[in-house]
Amino acid sequence: MQALYAQLLVGLINGSFYALLSLGLAVIFGMLNIINFAHGALYMMGAFVAYFLLSLGGINYWWALLIAPVIVGIFGMILERTMLQWLTGLDHLYGLLLTFGIALIVQGVFQNYFGSSGLPYAIPDQLKGGMNLGFMFLPIYRGWVVVFSLVVCLATWFLIEKTQLGAYLRAATENPTLVRAFGINVPRMITLTYGLGVGLAALAGVLSAPINQVRPLMGADLIIVVFAVVVIGGMGSIMGSIITGFALGVIEGLTKYFYPEASNTVVFVLMVLVLLVKPTGLTGRAA
Amino acid sequence: MTTLTDDTLPVTPRAMRDEMIAFVLMALLLASVPFTGVYPFFVMQALCFALLACAFNLLIGYGGLLSFGHAMFLGTAGYCCAHALKVWALPPELGILVGIAAAFVLSLITGYISIRRQGIYFSMITLALSQLLYFIYLQAPFTHGEDGIQGIPQGRMFGVFDLSKPTVLYYVVLVGFLAGFLLIYRIINSPFGEVLKSIRENEQRAISLGYRTDQYKFLAFVLSGTLAGFAGALKVFVAQNASLTDVHWSMSGEVVLMTLVGGLGTIFGPVVGAFAIIAMQQYLAGFGQWVTVIQGSIFVVCVLTFRRGVIGEIAHYFRRSL
Repeated sequence: MQALYAQLLVGLINGSFYALLSLGLAVIFGMLNIINFAHGALYMMGAFVAYFLLSLGGINYWWALLIAPVIVGIFGMILERTMLQWLTGLDHLYGLLLTFGIALIVQGVFQNYFGSSGLPYAIPDQLKGGMNLGFMFLPIYRGWVVVFSLVVCLATWFLIEKTQLGAYLRAATENPTLVRAFGINVPRMITLTYGLGVGLAALAGVLSAPINQVRPLMGADLIIVVFAVVVIGGMGSIMGSIITGFALGVIEGLTKYFYPEASNTVVFVLMVLVLLVKPTGLTGRAA
Repeated sequence: MTTLTDDTLPVTPRAMRDEMIAFVLMALLLASVPFTGVYPFFVMQALCFALLACAFNLLIGYGGLLSFGHAMFLGTAGYCCAHALKVWALPPELGILVGIAAAFVLSLITGYISIRRQGIYFSMITLALSQLLYFIYLQAPFTHGEDGIQGIPQGRMFGVFDLSKPTVLYYVVLVGFLAGFLLIYRIINSPFGEVLKSIRENEQRAISLGYRTDQYKFLAFVLSGTLAGFAGALKVFVAQNASLTDVHWSMSGEVVLMTLVGGLGTIFGPVVGAFAIIAMQQYLAGFGQWVTVIQGSIFVVCVLTFRRGVIGEIAHYFRRSL
């Protein structure tokens, strides 16, 4: 049973990353009509910024948790201002191609300087060690990742679904022209939205740095799994993205325990099954 | 919202004449390669990718469907053809058939699944399916995992053509490429191709005219996947191995890049794009990961400033369809 709980925990952690990344993809898609292929590369950048902050500037994990998403978010906003904004009105597919190119550039540059091997990032002192819960041993850092990700996801949901700013955002998703007519600066909002989505990816990167090592290709395979998650959950609902992300992480963890050979493929197989049974995805908004 | 190839021109009889002239020129140019001292291995490799890109272009350029998983057909056909040649000791022509059949079956299955969603979801689904296959091939015993299938016997095609001789192999690959190219050209200009283009331009209207657009898209997907499999089977004879690289997502990305550089929805664009990208990889092989960076930059530049691609720009300039 210990092994089962351990895999469940790993599943929850992966689920946290799926949720944070698919949430960002959904928010970006809503405003920009772009599937951000660079999401995995920006997740990786988040981890690298945290690594540089610690190794070069001596800035600890807690500050990195704040600074890395801001730095990567600003980088993302520069990308949006200089490149993505020119795609407005073109077919969706150009956004995918452009961000795929950006992902190749970012990953290629990091691979040149850091190879393909991982760089270690130490768990902060406050989160070292573990607790005995009676039925399992819980490494504190791993518990922290799950709880913190959940809080961030719910905060994002709250921001978008329950605040004034979120209302503008949702309105601009539905009808940007009308919202502009009300005097709201929609282009700026689009830029900020992209920064927010990218910042969430970078945050996931910082969270994962002490668990998975910091590697240039850490986001490359992850993003494909997240795409499958998005296909399963649909991008119509924020809460849907969060729940699907965590649920698929848990299912993946269970698979690792019961049938480890399929742990790499289970999310894709589930995607196929969902498409066969309910082609519009679980949250049901057709593309 | 503009479509991917909003400025392609309608095909007129005159344009078709231009296309045939261009085709004959291309065939003559390629047929003369062995006499010029150009490294034939490079051209053969480029021809395989050119056929792959043409097959991919059939789907995106004429059906408006961006597949981000075409490497799965290339790799599957490659593995099955290689297995048939090496383990079953089949002659080359049957090996190629096995590869094509495998890609055909795979495209039936993946097409049935992925055609259920439109636009951007279709791209993500094809990418996820190819990643699924990647992991299956990584673990399946017959692919030999990271090592791949190596030392594949080339054999004698139809018992006559000795494929271990570079010149013979070159002409066999060239004939295969030209046959595939002509087939695609024929498909594009058939009534089926016209319906496909109408679906790309305005699917709702095509539906209202009574076309079952899903069936057309499915058939386009199967044709494209099977032809991509043909390219994969030919590539086995050139490279003499079948490895995981051919199924990896980066390979799917390269095919997209080749077609984008040459011109989406142009007839000759994918060929030009494939030669350009393969040549670039050859010359820059010593620069390691910078090749990835350069490829990424080409993507960005093409999408931002050069959406018609090389052939698309030429065709636009001369107001022809090429």
